[in-house]
Amino acid sequence: MSHHIEPTTPTQLQGKTGGRRRTARHHMFVFALIAALVVIAPQFLYPVFVMKFLCFALFAMAFNLMLGFGGLLSFGHAAFFGGAAYATGHAAKVWGWPPELAIGFAVLVAAVMGAVFGFLAIKSRGIYFAMITLAFAQMVYFYALQSPITGGEDGLQSIPRNSLFGLVDLSSDRVFYWLVAAIFMAGIFFVYRVIHSPFGEVLKGIRENEQRMISLGYQVQRYKLVTFIISAALSGLAGGTKALVFHLASLVDVHWTMSGEVVLMTLIGGLGSIFGPIVGAGVVVAMQNYLADLGSLVLIIQGMVFIVCVLVFREGIVGVLAKWLKTRL
Amino acid sequence: MFELLGIPPQALFGQVLLGLINGAFYAVLSLGLAVIFGLLNIINFAHGALYMMGAFVAWMLLTYLGIPFWAALVVSPLIVGGIGMVIERTLLRPLHELDHLYSLLLTFGLTLVIAGLFQNFYGVSGKPYPIPAALTGVINLGFMFLPIYRAFIIVMAVIVCFGTWFLIEKTRLGSYLRAATENPEMVSAFGINVPMLITLTYGFGVALAAFAGVLAAPVYSVNPVMGNDLIIVVFAVIVIGGMGSIIGAILGGFSLGLVEGLTKVFYPEASTTIIFVIMALVLLLKPSGIFGREV
Repeated sequence: MSHHIEPTTPTQLQGKTGGRRRTARHHMFVFALIAALVVIAPQFLYPVFVMKFLCFALFAMAFNLMLGFGGLLSFGHAAFFGGAAYATGHAAKVWGWPPELAIGFAVLVAAVMGAVFGFLAIKSRGIYFAMITLAFAQMVYFYALQSPITGGEDGLQSIPRNSLFGLVDLSSDRVFYWLVAAIFMAGIFFVYRVIHSPFGEVLKGIRENEQRMISLGYQVQRYKLVTFIISAALSGLAGGTKALVFHLASLVDVHWTMSGEVVLMTLIGGLGSIFGPIVGAGVVVAMQNYLADLGSLVLIIQGMVFIVCVLVFREGIVGVLAKWLKTRL
Repeated sequence: MFELLGIPPQALFGQVLLGLINGAFYAVLSLGLAVIFGLLNIINFAHGALYMMGAFVAWMLLTYLGIPFWAALVVSPLIVGGIGMVIERTLLRPLHELDHLYSLLLTFGLTLVIAGLFQNFYGVSGKPYPIPAALTGVINLGFMFLPIYRAFIIVMAVIVCFGTWFLIEKTRLGSYLRAATENPEMVSAFGINVPMLITLTYGFGVALAAFAGVLAAPVYSVNPVMGNDLIIVVFAVIVIGGMGSIIGAILGGFSLGLVEGLTKVFYPEASTTIIFVIMALVLLLKPSGIFGREV
């Protein structure tokens, strides 16, 4: 008997308590709330901090598409996030590309990487899948460490943002913020649409019972691969944007600790919840920011949070909230 | 002296030796992972951190208590193995019935905690650990100089690997273990304490990691991040050898270390990535690994 990653919000809820339309209304409300928060956040918080949060939140959403909805635990998403950061950095710094092209290029690079790694990794399941993705990501890390293109230990520094469409100067954080906010909103809405498309339903079916989906005639491997590519591309979108926010692409972005962080974000927020990863990203980014002075204690605290979440808080913050509100979030 | 493909033989044999030493560590570490995976069906992400802990415990024994290398070779694995058993009982046991991915995540969290603790107390710089007096010096083999301690590592790794293989494949205890891997319910129906067996197995796998750590202490500097990148290479070794296969872990470990060493001679740029490339090829041709059973 196999035990699946528990979805935070049982699908049964969907049928009960008012049905899909009510749930969809809740979701539109949540989207409006997120948009409002994104608009007012820079009034209260340092814009770079908020942008960092938005990038990681998008990254975690992309990651959760695979883990929470496809049941595939990738331990190598740093490869797409960091690889895209390097790609954006290179395009913007060396080729002088404007941000929309630099980030677009990064998304493409991440998608191609996702297609190659995904093709090899989806042949296996569960822990095996996790280890293989981790190993591929480590290969990318070693490549970044040695290659002259990625700048080795220094990484790519002082990456210019250039001007949007050659028109809007983005060097000011206050201006750049709106581009990041737009990318974030578009990204999470895209993930939301994927989850609620027929494709997403099949994906959830595969998570719940792969054998049955195969016997129903679905090309399960293809669905998994496409999910992997979408998730990688969106992680690339997040990573590329992050490189422009900080003017930096470095080894930190491709290291396995980054892959671990995105797992942690998803876990804290709630595996398989739609908006959980955003909350989880907020918790992790805030934790890193406010505890930065504690040095290696951050590592210990992060590890403890990991352990506590796995042992007693598997539903995550949004999972618990959704149960309490009797809806899917 | 003769040259081989334009490479001086000293350089070649030197790298082969280094490759074999790395291979010895890969073999002992992946063996521990394979033993744990066989019975618990989990991948112990904390293996690298426990390897580091093994090295640190040896260093602490020497520095604070004056306990020499030879004793540490036994005591450190016992201590770390004991810690492993406590981890299994308190943290992994509650997750037994859940998706095994949760155990992977738990051991990942554990890795962060262990690495963070040691970094907090000892910083990231390395602590030197002297080579025991009896093993210093080199042997002149004619074509190269062989440092005795390095030969000792390889010999010890081979002995431990063979001993573990023998224990699992040829003894009564090993037969319980293999039976419990196949069908734990049936084995416990025969009156064998399976939970105890699981705890002991985890402790044993962890002790192997610690043993590798003690062996590594005199050649690599003892530092909190020493297991970090190593463990992921070991994961790749396991994927290549076949998950849970004892023979795959041992042979895979040594031969991939050797391949890595040779790559360093002929195409140094690829030496860090060669194992991952081989992994990709194996996945293409035989996804269950070279010695693995079909899953």
